[in-house]
Amino acid sequence: MSTLMNGATMLLECLVREGVDCMFGYPGGVTLPLYDALYEHHVRHVLVRHEENAAFAAEGYARATGKTGVCCATSGPGATNLTTGLVDAMMDSIPIVAITGQVSSKLIGSDAFQEADTFGLTRPCTKHNFLVKRLEDLAQTVHEAFYIASSGRPGPVLVDVTKDVLTGQGHYQPVTSIHLPGYKVFTEGHTGQIRRAAQMIQEAHRPLIYSGGGIVAAGASAELRRLVELTDIPVVTTLMGLGTMPSSHPNFISMPGMHGSYAANLAMTNSDLLIALGVRFDDRVTGRLAAFAPHAKVIHVDIDPAEVGKIRTPEVPIVGDVKRVLAKLNKLIEESPLPADEARTAERRAWWRQIRAWKEEHPLQATTSDSEIKPQHLMAELDRLSQGEAIICSDVGQHQMWAAQLIRFNEPRLWINSGGLGSMGFGLPAAVGAQFARPDKLVFALVGDGGFQMSIPELGTIASQALPIKIIVMNNGYLGMVRQWQELFYNNRLSAVTLDCFPDAEKLAGSYGFKGKTIEKPWELAGALEEAMREPGPYLLNVKVTPFECVYPMVPAGGAIQEMVLGPPQPVAVPAK
Amino acid sequence: MRVTGLLSQRGYNIESLTVARTLDPALSCMTIVVDVDATLRQQVIKQMNRLINVLQATDLTEAPSVVRELILVRIRTPLESRTAVLKEAEIFGGRVVDSSTEGYAIEATGDPEKLNEFVDVMRAYGEIDVTRSGPLAIALENKKLRLQPPVPTRAGLELVPEPRQ
Repeated sequence: MSTLMNGATMLLECLVREGVDCMFGYPGGVTLPLYDALYEHHVRHVLVRHEENAAFAAEGYARATGKTGVCCATSGPGATNLTTGLVDAMMDSIPIVAITGQVSSKLIGSDAFQEADTFGLTRPCTKHNFLVKRLEDLAQTVHEAFYIASSGRPGPVLVDVTKDVLTGQGHYQPVTSIHLPGYKVFTEGHTGQIRRAAQMIQEAHRPLIYSGGGIVAAGASAELRRLVELTDIPVVTTLMGLGTMPSSHPNFISMPGMHGSYAANLAMTNSDLLIALGVRFDDRVTGRLAAFAPHAKVIHVDIDPAEVGKIRTPEVPIVGDVKRVLAKLNKLIEESPLPADEARTAERRAWWRQIRAWKEEHPLQATTSDSEIKPQHLMAELDRLSQGEAIICSDVGQHQMWAAQLIRFNEPRLWINSGGLGSMGFGLPAAVGAQFARPDKLVFALVGDGGFQMSIPELGTIASQALPIKIIVMNNGYLGMVRQWQELFYNNRLSAVTLDCFPDAEKLAGSYGFKGKTIEKPWELAGALEEAMREPGPYLLNVKVTPFECVYPMVPAGGAIQEMVLGPPQPVAVPAK
Repeated sequence: MRVTGLLSQRGYNIESLTVARTLDPALSCMTIVVDVDATLRQQVIKQMNRLINVLQATDLTEAPSVVRELILVRIRTPLESRTAVLKEAEIFGGRVVDSSTEGYAIEATGDPEKLNEFVDVMRAYGEIDVTRSGPLAIALENKKLRLQPPVPTRAGLELVPEPRQ
């Protein structure tokens, strides 16, 4: 018989059994019993400075490892502050478990102090959520939460626990099985459809692989690479899929979509077979849907049946774990290749020639200047230092797009960003989580001056935990992406986008006890970044870049992806007097 | 809440929704009428099936099924037309459940469209009030619920946690 313990200790017991080694949280009134239990428990708790950042840090941890991240907040404001992180994890299918405290079960509904309907509030923010009002349900629920978060299409799960459950006394009964009769996890994929896919892939003249975050979640990069080796098909990866195909691989083209490359967008538009793997045809990728990949048949592999056919009806729908589906597909292609066909080989060669020509026509290039630091120059330097190996935790905005275009990633889980929700303030706390998850890795928090100021409090977490994160602020003095749209689509009427008054980086970092620096000349850039990397502790580098720079290529909202604006409008020459 | 929340979140309009227990008291059955484009029907079903505590969602739009609704009509009618009201109610299979000097309360069940006609007819006889249950449906094909088997937990497989510090 196990020892008698309170609910709080039992909850920690469950976390340990789920393999949780650290959690990110912020205590409060009703979670006092939990924090009291933590006092003598060896689950590591990282005190963040705002609950939203606890969720983002848990996401950073999960995104860097694939393991379920854990965050914790108290009732009421603690729980409501978590919600942005929950939706963020929902949009990008990131496994996190959030534990929130709730007022005592007898007080629920009485507008008690710090009471909020967390269960009701987080229903649409989570893959699933629970409210635990009885101690005997606690262990089962927590284990179910971990199972749901990490299986199938991963996502956030919230467990709201009332204070009386945390204080109640009981015995931990090991939970040996989980029975969720309505929870279907599709894994295998339909054999007949996979066979059809194998046939079509081999027959296509202008095939293109469109790889996304699902490949990361499934850990299917090796299978993807194998498919590419077998078939020599070009690959575009979405923002969430960067790293699923090494950027250095000759078959890797780049990212398609609103800020995708010329070659990637034209390849999408002209392809005759789109092999969509773990993607959801996001509007930022497809542009105007009616004009998206108009000549292509589509093979869509996804673990979530609701994604297949949601936006584009595929010719070959395959619901299953993309890792297993690709393994089967590769086996079929390997074992029964189509007989060689000269016409087809010639078509494939022409397709590759065309793609290379597009790449050469408008390559993604880092522009530099002698007098000021171009944001693209910063990305190129980061790329040089990372060599495709560092973890880059990006915030949201222009810097995110330039980084996605110009920084190479040789593996999945190195590029960490808020893709679907686009939550500003994500970068810094995500880097906290990622650095905890991967202490062996060089972690950059690459943030804009806007997003950085949203999560500045986390400098405290970074300093107190002595995390050697290199914080690189791409500082253009504006909310750059919003300004870009105002410039291009709102007659240059810049409204509420100027970020004047940025703190002195050296003093700011210094006040937290670590080093910081501001640079604004291009010749300082490489040295400053190298100095940051040499620093054993955290480092804050404020890089003042050209203020008026826009991200190109750009597909205007509602446009077709081949209708790209490739560069800024050319200045009109002023006639000489 | 999960079901209604999901439908509104995805922008679907709920026309009616009924919930009641099934033979297994731990489960309930909902009949939902949703106003969506035919092309989106499949997506609605898939989204419902994604909910963890939905065992199964089925589209009955074209499947063999019976759809019935219960209606309660209170009608205030002058004495001279009372017999006529009764006759009309009878045509629609209606049954008087309350009678007073002011009029009747009548219940009727049937196909929702037929009940619309019933309401129209009753209106001709006097002032009415109506409460409807919303359609209830049952599939005529015997479709077995496909339930997922239990899975062993990681926690169950793992032995004793590391000793405490």
